[in-house]
Amino acid sequence: MAKKRTIRTIPQQRTPVREQDPRERVRNFAEVNCGYTRQEAATEAERCLFCPDPACVAGCPVNIDIPGFIREIGAQDFRAAYEVIGRANLLPAVCGRVCPQESQCEGVCVVGDTLEPVAIGRLERFVGDLAIKEGWASIPYIEPNGFKIGIVGSGPAGIACAADMAKAGCAVTVYEAFHQPGGVLRYGIPDFRLPNEVIDAEIENLRKLGVRFECNTLVGRLFTIEQMIDELGFDAVFIGTGAGYPSMLGIPGDCLNRVLSANELLTRCNLMRAKDFPDYDTPLPLGRRVAVIGAGNTAMDAMRVCLRLGAERVFCVYRRTKAEAPARAEEIHHAEEEGIEFHWLTAPVEILPDEKGGVGAMRCIRMELGAPDASGRARPVPVPGSEHELAVDQVVFAIGTNANPIIGQTSKLRLDRRGYIEADESMATSMAGVFAGGDIVTGAATVIEAMGAGRRAARSMKEYLGIRDDGTASLGEAERGGMLFGIDHRERNFARIRLA
Amino acid sequence: MHDASGSAGFEIIRREDFSDVTYLLEIRHPLMARAAKPGQFVIVMSHAQGERIPLTIADFDRGRGSVTLVIQAVGKTTREMQQTCQVGTMLYALVGPMGVPSAIGQAKKVLCVGGGLGTAPIFPQARGFSENGAYVIGVLGFRSKDLIFWEDKFRGCCDELILCTDDGSAGVKGTIADGMKLAIERHRDIEEAVIIGPPVMMKAGAQVTRTAGIKTVVSLNPIMVDGTGMCGGCRVKIGDQVKFACVDGPDFDGHKVDFDDLTMRLKRYAEEEKTALARWSESCRLAQARGSG
Ligand SMILES: Cc1cc2nc3c(=O)[nH]c(=O)nc-3n(C[C@H](O)[C@H](O)[C@H](O)COP(=O)(O)OP(=O)(O)OC[C@H]3O[C@@H](n4cnc5c(N)ncnc54)[C@H](O)[C@@H]3O)c2cc1C
Ligand SMILES: Cc1cc2nc3c(=O)[nH]c(=O)nc-3n(C[C@H](O)[C@H](O)[C@H](O)COP(=O)(O)OP(=O)(O)OC[C@H]3O[C@@H](n4cnc5c(N)ncnc54)[C@H](O)[C@@H]3O)c2cc1C
Ligand code: SF4
Ligand code: SF4
Ligand code: FES
Repeated sequence: MAKKRTIRTIPQQRTPVREQDPRERVRNFAEVNCGYTRQEAATEAERCLFCPDPACVAGCPVNIDIPGFIREIGAQDFRAAYEVIGRANLLPAVCGRVCPQESQCEGVCVVGDTLEPVAIGRLERFVGDLAIKEGWASIPYIEPNGFKIGIVGSGPAGIACAADMAKAGCAVTVYEAFHQPGGVLRYGIPDFRLPNEVIDAEIENLRKLGVRFECNTLVGRLFTIEQMIDELGFDAVFIGTGAGYPSMLGIPGDCLNRVLSANELLTRCNLMRAKDFPDYDTPLPLGRRVAVIGAGNTAMDAMRVCLRLGAERVFCVYRRTKAEAPARAEEIHHAEEEGIEFHWLTAPVEILPDEKGGVGAMRCIRMELGAPDASGRARPVPVPGSEHELAVDQVVFAIGTNANPIIGQTSKLRLDRRGYIEADESMATSMAGVFAGGDIVTGAATVIEAMGAGRRAARSMKEYLGIRDDGTASLGEAERGGMLFGIDHRERNFARIRLA
Repeated sequence: MHDASGSAGFEIIRREDFSDVTYLLEIRHPLMARAAKPGQFVIVMSHAQGERIPLTIADFDRGRGSVTLVIQAVGKTTREMQQTCQVGTMLYALVGPMGVPSAIGQAKKVLCVGGGLGTAPIFPQARGFSENGAYVIGVLGFRSKDLIFWEDKFRGCCDELILCTDDGSAGVKGTIADGMKLAIERHRDIEEAVIIGPPVMMKAGAQVTRTAGIKTVVSLNPIMVDGTGMCGGCRVKIGDQVKFACVDGPDFDGHKVDFDDLTMRLKRYAEEEKTALARWSESCRLAQARGSG
């Protein structure tokens, strides 16, 4: 092993990643960030100090052994790196792309105290992509234990819970209301950030674990949560239905034509492929001058989709400043590069109609930051006399979501004041055998937090059903070393104990 | 073959054509047949590149394990389905039942009004009220005599049936509003009215019951995408509130609905709908030319 690394001996610059040229990419839906090559990944791996008590691991909601997998990248054993990540995170190719790393793992990396932090996300994505390309998914030998698990919603929370329960030997069925699985990953996040092929590959891995997907199934209405337990014979149920239900602006004109939620815009574009209209049947309104209200990931995605669909100018209208904007730093940076015009400290007051019932303009007011509010963020207050008009012909709002009401309407589950499902730290709900996690419990959060919740729920479910995770048997692949009687020692699976 | 959805599709087991624009599809879906209640709808995608369109569950048969849709061919999707949806073929996607079921209460005398798109969907409501022991007066509107369908089905569950035709070729000459006035004159004790149809028709009907002081429920049909409350595309104005028709409705108090807003919002994609239809008609023409050439 080489000399111990210090902050002075490592490469001082973060290894840059190739990106599509902004002028080019605003005209296509191909990925913006092209990802590291093997060489680039190995170079970036040299920047990790392998801290004995790594801050980054604590910063990751699922506690990936970050120095552990970076060490394997350094040793050019990418498959081993994949296995290290795989112990904690099922979807590295997704999380490497969409995690807000600056406020999670990379935000606390010690290298970041002096230099730019280690590019953990990009390294993770590199490993995830390579795994997809090489078809590395480790499919352990699973012995059925006779338990039936029902999962409601195929977003990151549901997927994570499904994988863990399938690996434990349960027969898992995932129900999804849409015609394709993936949740926000599919309908919300656009191709230029997360290509569909990545989601397809990850879903395929779940199928290989034996997970069944039943799309076109609206749980609550086709059958209730209670019926899943009482009549359909599920031993336990996990609910991961996401947040949904977009908040309205609540200002005059918010029901005009050409005013729509970012969710509607993105669903039409991503899931329904309206960007390929009329080859696909679903239409999408195309504004020439579009205002998007909000500055979270959803808002950034909506703006950049509008640009790619041919809008001439796209404005971001946000009542606080860039510092408070909740979007990932990379997305704001990319949006700026692509020519989105930011109106910070600006709030809409009214949307004015044109003669055809569409949008003619939007009246806005300037804000300034006042005293901190309950969330600790400075409260924006309107500046008197600063009202002005923005000439736009389409308005998209991305100001957050409320709880989806369907499960609440159709079951006796206890909800909190705001209509989200109530769950304790173990993700158990008020109903025995029913667990919940992800956005439907916490409100809008992140992909990796939802996956973390799904995994926590899986642990509680196993406890509830009396399934123990201890010794395991699995059939690894013959070409890998460390086999004993055809059993891969690293892939310790689960012992199957069904308590009476 | 299964695709990403994990589904092989939903089989069409019966088709009936009521006229050159209205057709019925019966689809096998035992679970849905068991769950469906009056007032609920489904979302259909006829093929993988298709649009998601909402359609009311016009009937459901638990014994046969099927749901029935009655569809009017108005644009690209519904006309294309009229050509492609034959017995034995599959719908790519079918999800439901969606929406809050109609509250079929204990009213003793009710008016069930349907016209245009709403003729079929009013049927489960009429049957529901009849099963609850109500005296049901059906009012159905058609353009002319040869467009009438399901008369026998309605006679089976309505105590009185008033047919209205625009041209007077059958029943009362006039719109459903005229038929409703007739019924209200005959019966002073109508407790509730349910009206389903195009927005202009529901607006006119709600005006009649407002004057007569009769509680009125309408079933709204805004443009939808997901049908699960996630996109807000189906929002409607009810009094001073904004509601999502797919999860808060589709039934609302007919005297509070802002029908003008609904009508305007239905025109959102008029241009694109025209493009899609023109392109599709052209491709049909070409296919036909090729077929005969
Ligand atoms: C546009 C957009 C961009 C985002 N960008 C990022 C990002 O860059 N990084 C990040 O970390 N986070 C991002 N997020 C947030 C992140 O996607 C969510 O926090 C996460 O997806 C929540 O996962 P979930 O599994 O709880 O729910 P979801 O992903 O919302 O999935 C829920 C699924 O359940 C289905 N469903 C709902 N009700 C029912 C029912 N009754 N029956 C059956 N199925 C049902 C839904 O159709 C959906 O598929 C973004 C969110 C959006 C909307
Ligand atoms: C809850 C609900 C229940 C419905 N039930 C039925 C039903 O049982 N039978 C049936 O035939 N149709 C029903 N509809 C209407 C049906 O969804 C539309 O007719 C269909 O989406 C039109 O698609 P298209 O591509 O053929 O026509 P498009 O090209 O989309 O539209 C063609 C014409 O139809 C009008 N139109 C479009 N969407 C709607 C709509 N949602 N409602 C009314 N007019 C519309 C347009 O303004 C245009 O003039 C229902 C709609 C809703 C929301
Ligand atoms: S999952 Fe997200 S937070 Fe965790 S290491 Fe990967 S990028 Fe960082
Ligand atoms: S904190 Fe940074 S340097 Fe330390 S182990 Fe984690 S990634 Fe490496
Ligand atoms: S159709 Fe999307 S919220 Fe109702």
